[in-house]
Amino acid sequence: MTKTKKRFKPSSVITAILVAFWFVVCLIPFVFMIMCTLKNQKQLMKFGVFSLPKSFDLSNYVEVFTGNIWHYFLNSVIVMAVTLVILLLFSAFAAYPLSRWKFKLNKPIYALVVACMSVPIHVTLLPIFMMAVGTGLYDSIWALVGPYVAFNLPISVFILVTFMASIPKELEEAADIDGCGRYGRFWKIMLPLSKPGLSTLVIYDGVNIWNEFSFALTLTQTSANRTLPLAVNEFQGQYSMNIPMIMTVLFVSILPMIIVYIFTKDKLIEGMMAGAVKG
Amino acid sequence: MGIHEAAVKRRRTGEFTAIAVFLAPALLVIGIFIIYPIIQSFITSGYEWNGYSSAKTFIGLDNWKKLLTDSTFWGAFRNNILVMVLSIVIQMPIGLALATFLNRAGKKANIAKVIWFIPMLMSSVAIGYLFRYALDPTTGFVTAISKAFGGGKVDLLGNPGTVLLTCIFIIAWQFTPFYMVYYMAGYGGISADIHEAAMIDGATEKDYFWNIALPLLKPSIKSAVVLSIVGSLKYFDLVYVMTDGGPSHASELMATYMYDTAFKSYQMGYASAIASGMFILISVIAIVTMKLLNRKED
Repeated sequence: MTKTKKRFKPSSVITAILVAFWFVVCLIPFVFMIMCTLKNQKQLMKFGVFSLPKSFDLSNYVEVFTGNIWHYFLNSVIVMAVTLVILLLFSAFAAYPLSRWKFKLNKPIYALVVACMSVPIHVTLLPIFMMAVGTGLYDSIWALVGPYVAFNLPISVFILVTFMASIPKELEEAADIDGCGRYGRFWKIMLPLSKPGLSTLVIYDGVNIWNEFSFALTLTQTSANRTLPLAVNEFQGQYSMNIPMIMTVLFVSILPMIIVYIFTKDKLIEGMMAGAVKG
Repeated sequence: MGIHEAAVKRRRTGEFTAIAVFLAPALLVIGIFIIYPIIQSFITSGYEWNGYSSAKTFIGLDNWKKLLTDSTFWGAFRNNILVMVLSIVIQMPIGLALATFLNRAGKKANIAKVIWFIPMLMSSVAIGYLFRYALDPTTGFVTAISKAFGGGKVDLLGNPGTVLLTCIFIIAWQFTPFYMVYYMAGYGGISADIHEAAMIDGATEKDYFWNIALPLLKPSIKSAVVLSIVGSLKYFDLVYVMTDGGPSHASELMATYMYDTAFKSYQMGYASAIASGMFILISVIAIVTMKLLNRKED
């Protein structure tokens, strides 16, 4: 890049074009999806995608909500809630000594945990499938909790270690003098002060768990035990070529996360900052 | 002396116990669901086995020999590499540009912050199906646009020549927002005073970006590149849903090939060899990249 100093700013034109372009790129698939949900298959075939629907026909939504999407939704909520509680607790436990105490194995253990971030889940998929079959957990949502905790743990520990390292040591020392033991200091000082870091993880890991596909596909089988990402798969079979119905299911399944994001976006960025800057 | 030593020793053992207690749950979970399965995959790669019968024959390194000459696997690896390279080339600059814009625009650009991030909130499956229908040759929007300009039907996913590139663009569509937020976080780490000081010294926004912000963002860019490389090499969901590696392996990735070998043709031993090979390749590439990136710093 050569620097040309002109008063006329070509950079702002380029910026404007890029911004507009990316709006279009992001929105077209969504417009396509939402337009589809308001039509039926016949209208879609006859008039094409971008023709305005004749009337606001919400019958696709009625059909989805009166159908069996609710148990997928419930399964997803349960798996996410249970996983998050265990995940956050275990991550905070591990992050505490790793961020605050000096001991010989500190660095190697931290390195091991961080290295697990790059392990492809597919190298573990078959053995975990076998384990699930062996323990009788196969085809139940509980088979998903273990792998979900394990695969979200490395990034969570990583972010929490960075976060806890920034909490002033004096607070802990004061508690130490007041007779708080090591465990007391964790519960009374470190855990409450890590709340901003934890709430980032709720969002970040929450989205990951909500959308997870590979384990859910492999470890569950009957539709009663499956999560929302697989609902799409199943509706796909049920409605075969009914594109508007499938698009409606898609839209309904992503809506909760969009709503959560709108309210929490600054938290998410704040928390990534902890990991991103030093990472 | 004796009493003091005993107290120190008690403190030491107390600390050791505490460390063990705090670390045990995490290490246990990682041991059971990550480390043990990796070892198990390597072991299973030495067998011929369909996954359910008791007939499990030890065949030594035969699966590995087969893997080394399996053109489908290496084709898939080549595809993964292409995804990796193009993901960095497409996603990093656009993500950085969007983050730079949002950083300068501030609160005014809140709508952009929401809309630009939405792809990241969708599951890969949802994106996969969305694009499968959006790119459908009869009802999709690419065909609709092509027809509006007098063209004919366009089948991007059914054509071996275009399918992989199409997937790469969709992956870019999905992940650019992630890097956007990542770089925004990086910008958040740069104090506002630095920008102000640069402006007072007569720097243009362009000078500020190239000479001040970019060098400061280097650590963020480096870790984003590593994340992108690892992510690209283990990519699965979207391609599985959209094309399942087809047509005729044109969009096959290592992970989709492994999944189909295990759960569609029930060759568990060979699937384990693929998975283990994938693990080795990803680890080597990740380690080499990190070494290279860290050396450049000196």
